[in-house]
Amino acid sequence: MSLYYLQKFLYELNRDESAQAKYRNDLDALLDEFDLSEEECNALREGDIGLLYVLGVNGQILMHYAAFLGIEWFDYLDMMREGIARHGPVRAGVYAMTGGGKSFTVEGKKS
Amino acid sequence: MSMVYAGVLSHAPGITGRANLVENTARRDEFYAKLDVQRQEIEDSGAEALIVIAAEHFANFFMNNMPAYCIGIGNEYEGPIEDPEWLKIPKTKIPGAADLGTRLTREVMKTVDVAYAEEWKFDHGIMVPLHFLTPKYDLPIIPVNINCQGPPLTPLHRAWAFGEALRRACDSVSEKIAVVGTGGISHWPATPDSGKINEQWDREFLDRLMRNDKEALLNYDDIETYRDAGQGGFEIRTFIAIAAAARGAGELQFYTAELPIFAVGCTVAKFSLEDAA
Repeated sequence: MSLYYLQKFLYELNRDESAQAKYRNDLDALLDEFDLSEEECNALREGDIGLLYVLGVNGQILMHYAAFLGIEWFDYLDMMREGIARHGPVRAGVYAMTGGGKSFTVEGKKS
Repeated sequence: MSMVYAGVLSHAPGITGRANLVENTARRDEFYAKLDVQRQEIEDSGAEALIVIAAEHFANFFMNNMPAYCIGIGNEYEGPIEDPEWLKIPKTKIPGAADLGTRLTREVMKTVDVAYAEEWKFDHGIMVPLHFLTPKYDLPIIPVNINCQGPPLTPLHRAWAFGEALRRACDSVSEKIAVVGTGGISHWPATPDSGKINEQWDREFLDRLMRNDKEALLNYDDIETYRDAGQGGFEIRTFIAIAAAARGAGELQFYTAELPIFAVGCTVAKFSLEDAA
């Protein structure tokens, strides 16, 4: 487990356009720069928002990453819910789900 | 005195980024109109620079070296770091105020050990306020950060002390300075609970804030805030710093919990600036 470096990877990616270019062109080289487990590397290769959320990535870092990946808003919220359904509750940090998975926006209930 | 305006406002990224998804468009437009009133008030104050006390979301500061407080002393900034299509704010350059920021930092340091930074990338926490308050990006900005994201977080009484120090610093220079604090009250952003708002908690907090009741404001603790107001509630530090800087009572110009798609109780308020007792 290396949640610190998992978050640091995403922090660098979110704020640095050269890291974003590397992510698109040579992801493995970028992953090699961080001390990450195989599970974490795979989650980053696949853009697995649900697993990253459950692993405890800070929600703000994860939200910016989802935006970078071009994921639509309600899809992004659903990916976190699906992550919990598949892997169980959030394991670290202060971004746990507390609402039982329901939607708190009328707009989201329509989708 | 040279602090000429003090106010608070929300900064959630949905305020610009998800404007097109809003169902209650009348309420949304009322909120935008109140933000424009705030823009006009800042302009009418004659402010030559705007300090934005923000609670950033890992645009510059990370757990490798996390300052509790930081002041920007750069000549120029850039933002947003987020995908501009997602935030609906184009990437742009924002003028800074290096000399003024440095003088303010020197004065704040007399009572608070603040960090400073010549480089700073703005995320939605600053870009959303600027989008409404200085839409032409023609007012020099001094960014200030209070760490509300990576615990351990600065205690509330230190946020108060920081606000006091900032006021003293502003009053020590000849330039006219406006200051806004931007944060959420209760909210659970960037979780599946996005849109959850504890309106009762918000209204109680806003009552304490508008009365500028120091004792009541500093009476919150983070365990209770997390339970009742979510991790987003940690951002009350920015509002508390503004209350300390202003010293006077607040005037709540707008609040609604009816725009959950923005994922926060949307707030606009200004404060009366009082001399030191």
